[in-house]
Amino acid sequence: MRAWLPLGTGLLILTAFLVMAVIPESIAPYDPLGFDFAALLAEPSAEHIFGTDQFGRDILSRTIAASRIDLQIALFAMLGPLLIGSVIGLLVGWFGGWADALFGRLADIVVTFPFLVLVIAIVAVLGPGLINMYIAVSCVGWVVYARLMRGEVRIQAQADYVAAARVLGYSTARILLRHVLPNAVRPVLVYAVTDMALAILTGSSLGYLGLGAQPPTAEWGVLIADGRNFFTTAPWISLAPGVAIVLAGLGFSLTGDGLQALLDVKR
Amino acid sequence: MNRGTWLLGRLAQIVPSFLFIGVAVFVLARLLPGDPVSAMLGDHATDATLARLTAQLGLDRSIPVQLMQFLGGVLRGELGDSIAYRIPVARLIAERLPATVLLTLLSVAIALALAVPLAFVAALNANRWPDLLIRFVFQIGLSTPIFYVGLLLLTVLAAWAHLFPVGGYGDGWRAHLWHLFLPALTLALSFAAVLMRSLRGAVLDVINAEFVDFARSKGLRARVLLGRHVLRSAMIATVTLVGLHVGSLLGGAVITESVFAVPGVGRLMVESIFARDYPVIQALTLVLAVFVSLALLATDIVQMWLDPRVGR
Repeated sequence: MRAWLPLGTGLLILTAFLVMAVIPESIAPYDPLGFDFAALLAEPSAEHIFGTDQFGRDILSRTIAASRIDLQIALFAMLGPLLIGSVIGLLVGWFGGWADALFGRLADIVVTFPFLVLVIAIVAVLGPGLINMYIAVSCVGWVVYARLMRGEVRIQAQADYVAAARVLGYSTARILLRHVLPNAVRPVLVYAVTDMALAILTGSSLGYLGLGAQPPTAEWGVLIADGRNFFTTAPWISLAPGVAIVLAGLGFSLTGDGLQALLDVKR
Repeated sequence: MNRGTWLLGRLAQIVPSFLFIGVAVFVLARLLPGDPVSAMLGDHATDATLARLTAQLGLDRSIPVQLMQFLGGVLRGELGDSIAYRIPVARLIAERLPATVLLTLLSVAIALALAVPLAFVAALNANRWPDLLIRFVFQIGLSTPIFYVGLLLLTVLAAWAHLFPVGGYGDGWRAHLWHLFLPALTLALSFAAVLMRSLRGAVLDVINAEFVDFARSKGLRARVLLGRHVLRSAMIATVTLVGLHVGSLLGGAVITESVFAVPGVGRLMVESIFARDYPVIQALTLVLAVFVSLALLATDIVQMWLDPRVGR
C-alpha cells in the first residue's frame, strides 16, 4: 500500500506525458505553431481552454507539443551523470587506494560548488543550447551517482558471492560487470528516477533564463518566459506550461518514492 | 582529539578547497571557444591592438605561469575589468552583492518561520491528516520551479492586488526589504519544502530515540521533553540543513533576481552571459563558490558549538 499508491499515481501521470510526447498531433486541439490573428491573446474559453499567446497560438497545444522536449531533457540530463558517475563509482569503489582517496576529496569539493551556478557558468562558456546544457549537467551531476555507486560497491565487495567468484578464478571485469554491478545498481537507478524530476526543474529553469532550449522550440520553461512579458495583461499564457512542469515533477518523484518503498532501498 | 585540533583541521581543509576552486575557474575560462582577446575586442580590431591586449592580459605566457598569475591576482583581490561596464569586476560585484545577501538572509528567515513549526506539527501527528496534508502541499512545492512560483506571486500579489512592487530594489533599507519580500518569499517556499521534509524526519528520529524514552521514563513532562531534548536536536539538524543549502539558495537567487529584476549578483551573472562579459562570469563563479565553502565552514563551527558529539 505504501509503495503502490505513489507508484501507481506516478506511473499514471508519466504515461499520460509519454503519450503526449509520442503522438502530440493526435491529442492537441490545434497546430502548436498555427498563428490565428483573429484570436490574439485570447482569454481561456471553450475554444481555447488555456487561452492563446500574442500570435494567437493555442497554449494547450503548445504545452502538449513541448512535453516531447521536456521528457527528453528529463532523460538526457539524468543519463549523462548516471553513466559517468556509475563507471567512476564502480571503479573507485572496487579498486580503492589513491584513486578512491582522490575521488573522496574531489567529491567533497564539487558538492560545495552551487549546482545551478556551476551549470550556468559552464553553459556560459559553451554557449546556450540543449546539448551544452546536457554537457554542463553531466560535468556537475555525476558526483552524486558516483558516491551512491561507490558505497554500494564497497558493501557488495565484502559479500560471499564475490569471494566465491574469485575462488572460481573469474576475471575482475567479469566479477564487476556480471556480479557486482547488477547487485549495486538498484539504489542508483531508484535515485535516477527521482533525479529526473530535478532534471526537469533544471532544464526548464535554464530554458526560462534563455540558456537551455532556444525559443522556436516549444519547451515549458521557454513558454513560461514568453508569458512573462504579458503577465499583467494575459497571465494565462504561463499557466498550462507551469502546471505541466509541476505534474511531470510529481510524476517522477512519486514514481521514485514508490520504487524506493517497493524495493526497500535505503537512502 | 580535542575541539581545538578539530577546528584547526577543519580550517586547514579550506585551503585545498579554495585552491581547487581557483584552478577549476581558471580551467573553465581557458575552455572558452576561440580567443578571449578577439571576443573582447570584436571582429574589427587590428593585429597590433590584439597583440597589445594579449600581452597586457598575460595570455602570451605559458599556461602554468598564467595560472600562477591568476591565483596571485585573486589573492590580491584583483579580478580583472568588466568588458560591459568597463570598471573593475571586484567593484561591480561589491555593488551587487548586498542585494543578494539580503535576499538570501530574508528567504532563510521566511523559510525557517514556515518550515520549523510545520515540521513539528507533521512529526507529532505522523501519518495522520495534518501530516499528510502538510507533506502533500510541500511535495507540490518541491516539484514547482522557482521562476514559476515567482511569476505567480508577481501576477497575483503585485500586478492584481497591488500589495507589493513588481520588481526592483528601491532606495534605503526599508524600501529594500519591501522590494525584496516577494523574491524572498519565492525563494523561501522552495527551500521550506526541502527543509520541512528533512526536519520532519529529524524530529521523528529524535522522538523515537532512546534518550527520549529514557527522559520520558524519568517522568519528564511532554513540554519539557519537547523543549529541552527534541528542540535542541532539531536545531542542530536545521543549522546543518541551512548550511548545506546555501549553494542551492544562491542558485535560486540567480533565477529569482531575474524574475523580479533585483540588481544582485545572480542577475549580473545572467546578464554577463548574454553580454559575453567573461571576466565577470569567472569572478562570480569564484566568489559564489568561496561563499558556499565559507558557509559550510560556519555551519561546522556552529554545529560544534551546539552538538557535544562533534570534535570530541
